Amino acid sequence: MAVERASERLVELLTRDDAVQEQWVTAVAASLGSRISRAELERELSELYQALLQALGKGGLDWQDEAYSEVRALLVELSRTRARHGFTPTETAVSVFAGKDVLEPTEGSTAEDITAYLQLARLFDALGLFTIEAYARTREEIISAQAEQLLELSTPVVKLWEGVVAVPLVGTLDSARTQVVMEKLLQSLVDSESEHAIIDITGVPAVDTEVAQHLLKTVVAARLMGAECTISGIRPQIAQTLVALGVQFGDIVTKATLQDALRHVLQQSGTALPSGGTR
Amino acid sequence: MSDRVPVLKLGQVLLVSIQVDLEDQIVLDLQDDLAERIVATGATGVVIDITALEIVDSFVGRMLANTAAISRMLDAETVVVGMRPAVAITLVELGLSLGGVRTALTLEKGLALLERDRTARTGRP
Repeated sequence: MAVERASERLVELLTRDDAVQEQWVTAVAASLGSRISRAELERELSELYQALLQALGKGGLDWQDEAYSEVRALLVELSRTRARHGFTPTETAVSVFAGKDVLEPTEGSTAEDITAYLQLARLFDALGLFTIEAYARTREEIISAQAEQLLELSTPVVKLWEGVVAVPLVGTLDSARTQVVMEKLLQSLVDSESEHAIIDITGVPAVDTEVAQHLLKTVVAARLMGAECTISGIRPQIAQTLVALGVQFGDIVTKATLQDALRHVLQQSGTALPSGGTR
Repeated sequence: MSDRVPVLKLGQVLLVSIQVDLEDQIVLDLQDDLAERIVATGATGVVIDITALEIVDSFVGRMLANTAAISRMLDAETVVVGMRPAVAITLVELGLSLGGVRTALTLEKGLALLERDRTARTGRP
């Protein structure tokens, strides 16, 4: 009973002045600057305002209630748009919290008004937090999608010659990436029936024991399938680091440049080199 | 009666194509059969085709190494062909590098490898 009365009061509070929605939009627009058009802001907030009124009209102040599903959906939509356009979490939450400021009690407010305002404030707080949560979720989705794209982008397997494939590695190698590289390389060995693979690590900024271990695993896996692996693109500094670390590549062929590696592979497979190709 | 893996003779080479899930007993039977056939036929090479093999464990990995060792003792070179990427990765993760086992990508390349070997060994085609 009390709750119903309170939400009725809230509806009154929200509708007592036609300017409430207008002020809300103005407050949000002031904090967001010119990065979003006023018309769009008005559309977003009026939808939210209407949905909120409707939810309050149905009674209940519990934002998790069925009555608020429309409000929640709108907030999620709003957060997503904000997150995609690069707004900060504060700028996103302000869209909700500004509504609170607009309704702040004045000197002429009755005790009943203030009680209603406090309840409304609690509701707005919850909705604001919900907005931030949705915002964070969207950001995380974006980040994971980008990470996936990066993973795909950074591991191309290129065919260099008949029976020779190469993987130019760029960026830091970790276990996850090595796994992807390994799988892609081995699959391409099967698909192209190549007997030679060249792993070029020119673009790998640092090689430590772990990365070396990953490389070794890839080479051994390729050998198990019946293909030979050559590692190329070892910079002078990296060679020094590897020796200092005590990493040994054993009988794996290593070359300074991709060119040397390709030449070595072609000689191995007995392909005739164009004249002037030997040195 | 469990399944047996057939051992086929192809010229100087014995061909073992594994098409069933490798249970321990099948593996042991195969080793017996193969050793007997090598002696009976005087084969100089063995090709083990594992194209259809999707799952390996350390037992199967060791069996491949053992089979190769047995064959070599009987003067037949072993080549394992058609290993899938996933199988290779699993074996590496298990720490099995199958030292001493020769590998080739396809059956064709495996046979060519044995042929080259034989030519080099006997000095005649």
